[in-house]
Amino acid sequence: MAKLRLFFRKEGRAVYISHLDLLRTFQRVFLRQGLVLKHSQGFHPHPIISFALPLPVGQSSRCEILDFEADGGADWRSLPEKLNDFMPDGIRAVKCCVPVKPVRDLAALSCQVELLYDGGVPEGAAKAVAELLNGESLVIQKRTKRKALADVDIRPMLLRLQPIAEEAGCLRLLADTAAQNPGLNPALLAGAVERYLPQFAPDFVRVQRLEALDTDGNIFQ
Amino acid sequence: MYNKLERILPRVQKPARYVGGEYNAVMKDKASVDVRFAFCFPDTYEIGMSNLGFRILYGVMNNMPGVWCERAFAPWPDMEEEMRKAAIPLYALESGDPVGDFDIIGFSVGYEMAYTAMLNMLDLSGLPLRSEQRTSLAPLVVAGGTAMYNAEPVADFIDMALIGEGEELVPAVIELYRKAKAEQWDKQAFLRAAAQIQGVYVPSLYTVRYCDSGVIQSITPRDGAPEKVVKRVVHNMDKSYFPAKTIVPSTEIVHDRVTLEVFRGCIRGCRFCQAGYVYRPVRCRSKDQLVQYGQEALQDSGYQEMTLSSLSTSDYPQLVELCDGLQDFCGQRHVNLSLPSLRADNFSMELMQRLQRGRKAGLTFAPEAGTQRLRDAINKNVTEEDLTESLKTAFSGGWSAVKLYFMLGLPTETDEDVLGIAEMANRAVHTWREYASNKNRGLRVTVSTSWFVPKPFTAFQWEPQITMEEYERRVKLLRQAITAKAVTYNWHDGDASFLEAVLARGDRRLGRALEAAYRKGAKLDAWSDFFDLRRWLDAFAECGLDPAFYACRERSRDEVLPWSMISCHVSDDFLWRQRELAHQSVTTPDCRTQCGGCGANAVEGGECYHG
Repeated sequence: MAKLRLFFRKEGRAVYISHLDLLRTFQRVFLRQGLVLKHSQGFHPHPIISFALPLPVGQSSRCEILDFEADGGADWRSLPEKLNDFMPDGIRAVKCCVPVKPVRDLAALSCQVELLYDGGVPEGAAKAVAELLNGESLVIQKRTKRKALADVDIRPMLLRLQPIAEEAGCLRLLADTAAQNPGLNPALLAGAVERYLPQFAPDFVRVQRLEALDTDGNIFQ
Repeated sequence: MYNKLERILPRVQKPARYVGGEYNAVMKDKASVDVRFAFCFPDTYEIGMSNLGFRILYGVMNNMPGVWCERAFAPWPDMEEEMRKAAIPLYALESGDPVGDFDIIGFSVGYEMAYTAMLNMLDLSGLPLRSEQRTSLAPLVVAGGTAMYNAEPVADFIDMALIGEGEELVPAVIELYRKAKAEQWDKQAFLRAAAQIQGVYVPSLYTVRYCDSGVIQSITPRDGAPEKVVKRVVHNMDKSYFPAKTIVPSTEIVHDRVTLEVFRGCIRGCRFCQAGYVYRPVRCRSKDQLVQYGQEALQDSGYQEMTLSSLSTSDYPQLVELCDGLQDFCGQRHVNLSLPSLRADNFSMELMQRLQRGRKAGLTFAPEAGTQRLRDAINKNVTEEDLTESLKTAFSGGWSAVKLYFMLGLPTETDEDVLGIAEMANRAVHTWREYASNKNRGLRVTVSTSWFVPKPFTAFQWEPQITMEEYERRVKLLRQAITAKAVTYNWHDGDASFLEAVLARGDRRLGRALEAAYRKGAKLDAWSDFFDLRRWLDAFAECGLDPAFYACRERSRDEVLPWSMISCHVSDDFLWRQRELAHQSVTTPDCRTQCGGCGANAVEGGECYHG
C-alpha cells in the first residue's frame, strides 16, 4: 500500500474542468490505466484521492498536486507516462513520487498574472500597478461565505513580487502568493488593479500557477 | 476561435461543455478528410452526450476513412448571448471550426420540443433557416431520430430526413455526398439521387395538397421519389457497431455511465408507445458479446456504473446469465450495474435485489393507468397483483421510497380510472404497513402523472388529445382523491404536452408557425425555464392555424395522415386493429407469446422475433 503524490499540468482546454469534475476524471484515468486506488472502508467505499489546492476554473497550472493511495506495488516511477495515454486534452502528468512533506507545508504558489490590454498597455500602467501592489496595504472587497461583502487586506498574502514586465499588450506579474490559511487567489491582484486603477483596468486577465513552494521556499514535494 | 472563447468562457455556467478535448474525442487532420460532418444535437451537451444513438453514429462516421464527424450542441442561453455578442458562430467541439463551413450538418432529433433548438443552431451557424434559401450543396442539412418519423413540421428547414436506424443509412448518404462533391453536382441533383436510398426522405420532392376542411387531400412524390419511404433497420445486432470506445465527458452529464444496449425493439406492444412500434422488430445482442462489450467499455472509459439499456430490459431472454457474466468484473472494480425499464414483476425484483449495492434508493414503476380495464386498453400487461407482489418484495427488502408513473387522458379513460390511481397509491401504503422491514424510515410514495400525447405510428395516432380544461379537471379530481400523508402527487405542466401534441402530428404548414415562434424567442422549449406556450399561440394565430386541429381532433381511418409517405413497416391496418381492441379493452399478447402480424417481420423476411 503506497501513499503517492502525482504532479500534473492543467492547461489549454482542460482549465475549464471544475474541481469536482477533475476528481471524477482522475478516478477514471487511474482505472483506465489499470491502477487500483485504495478505497475507504464503510458502507460507501470511495477511492482515496485528493487535490492539495483546488485550482479555480479558468486558471492554468504547471504544478497541480494529487495525493492518492494505490493498492499493491504500483510502479509509480513510470506512472506519469502511462497515465498520459488516458488523459483528456490539456492534462499531463509530470512526475510521481512518495510525498516528502505533508500538504499543510505547502506554503506558497509562484504564479504569473497577465493583464491583457487589447489596445496596447496604457502609458504609465506598469508603474502605477507596481506602486499599487508594492504599497503598505491592499484592501479589496471579497464575498464572505454569508455572501456579504467584506474588506480584506490582501497585501500580507502577496509574499514576493518581481519587477513587472511590459510586453506588447500585456503586463506580466510574477508573484509568490500565500497558498493556504489564508491563501490568495492571484486573480485578486488584477481585481485590485480594477478597483484602484480603473483607468488601467485590463481587458482580460490570465492566471497561471508555476510552482508550489514549501515553508522553506523550496519546491514542494 | 479559442482566443475569442477564452474571453467569454469565464462568464458562462459550466464552461467545460463548450471546449471539447474529452478523452476519446476524435481528432483528424483536416487535410486528410474529404467529408466533414457536424453532428448537432438540438439540446444541451449534458443531454446530447447521454444519447446512445448519438455516440453510435459518431463512432460509425469516424470509422469511415476520409470522414471527420464532429459534435455541436445547443448552447445554454448565457453562452448563446455571449457568442452572439462576440460574433462567435456555432462551432464544432473537436476542431473549433464554424459549423456553417461543414459539408453536412446532421441533427439527431429525439422529440418534437427540440425543433426550435434546431432552428436556433442553424441561425447561430449563420445559415438561412429554410432549405430553399440554402441553394448550394454544402452545407447539406439532414435530420434523423425518432421524431423524424413525422418530419413534416420541420420539412421546410431540413434538406432530408433519415428514417430509421442510422448505422447503415448515414454512411450510404455520406458516400453519395462524397461522389456528388467530387463530381460537383448541384444540390437538387444530389437530393434526387439521395431519395433513391432506402430510408431517405426528401420533403421538397413531395407536394402536399389540402382540402378546404384543412385535412390533407393528397401527397404526391415527384422526380422519382418513392411513394413510401421505408425505414432502415440493423438486421444483425451482433454484427452492428457498438461504441465500446467512446467519449468520456470531463464534466458531469445526465447519464454519466456506460450504456450497454442489450436489444432493440420491444415485444410488449403498449398501444401508446411510439418507440415500441417504430423500433420493431426485436433484435437481441448475444449474451457473450454483451459481456465482452460491457467489460471493454468499462475498461476503456473508467466508468464505475453501467446500465443495461433497452426499451424493456427484463424481457432480455438471458438477462440472468448476462448479469452473472458481468458480475465478477463489476465486483472487482466497484462497478454498479443498473437496470432501467424493469417491469413490475417478481423476476425483476429478485434481480434488482441481487444487483443492488449500498443504499437502497427509490424504486420506480410505471403502471401508466389506474385500473386494470384501462391498462388492458393500452395493452400495458401489468396486473395489480404484479405490482403488489413487487412492492411486497421491495418493502420487505428495505426499500422505502416508491415512484409510480401514470398518464392522464389516455383514450377511453373515465373518472373511475383516474380515481384508480389514488387507490393504487393507497394500496402501496397498505402494503408497506404490512411488509416493511423497517418502518422507522417512513415511506414516500410519489405519484406522477403526465398528459398523454398521441403520437404517429401508434394505435392511438387517430385519437384526440383531451382538452386542456379536461386535463386540468382530471388532475384536480386526482389531487382531491389523494389523501394519504405518505403520498406526494406531481403532475406535469400541461402547456408543454399540448404543444408536443400539436407538433407530433403536425403537417408542414406548421413550419411557418415554428419559425414565427422561434422569432418570438422560443429556442429551448424542452426546458420549462424557457418554454412559453403564449409565444406559440401567438405564432399559430399569426399563421392562421388552429392548434386544436392538430392536438384535439379525432382522425378518421381514411384520412391522409401527414406522415403517410413514411413506412415503419408496421401496417396501418394493424395499428387500426389495435385501436379497436383498445376501445374494447382487449389485450394483445406480446410478440414472443404470439405474433400479432404487425408487418415488421417484412424487414427480416419472415420470423421477426429472434432470441
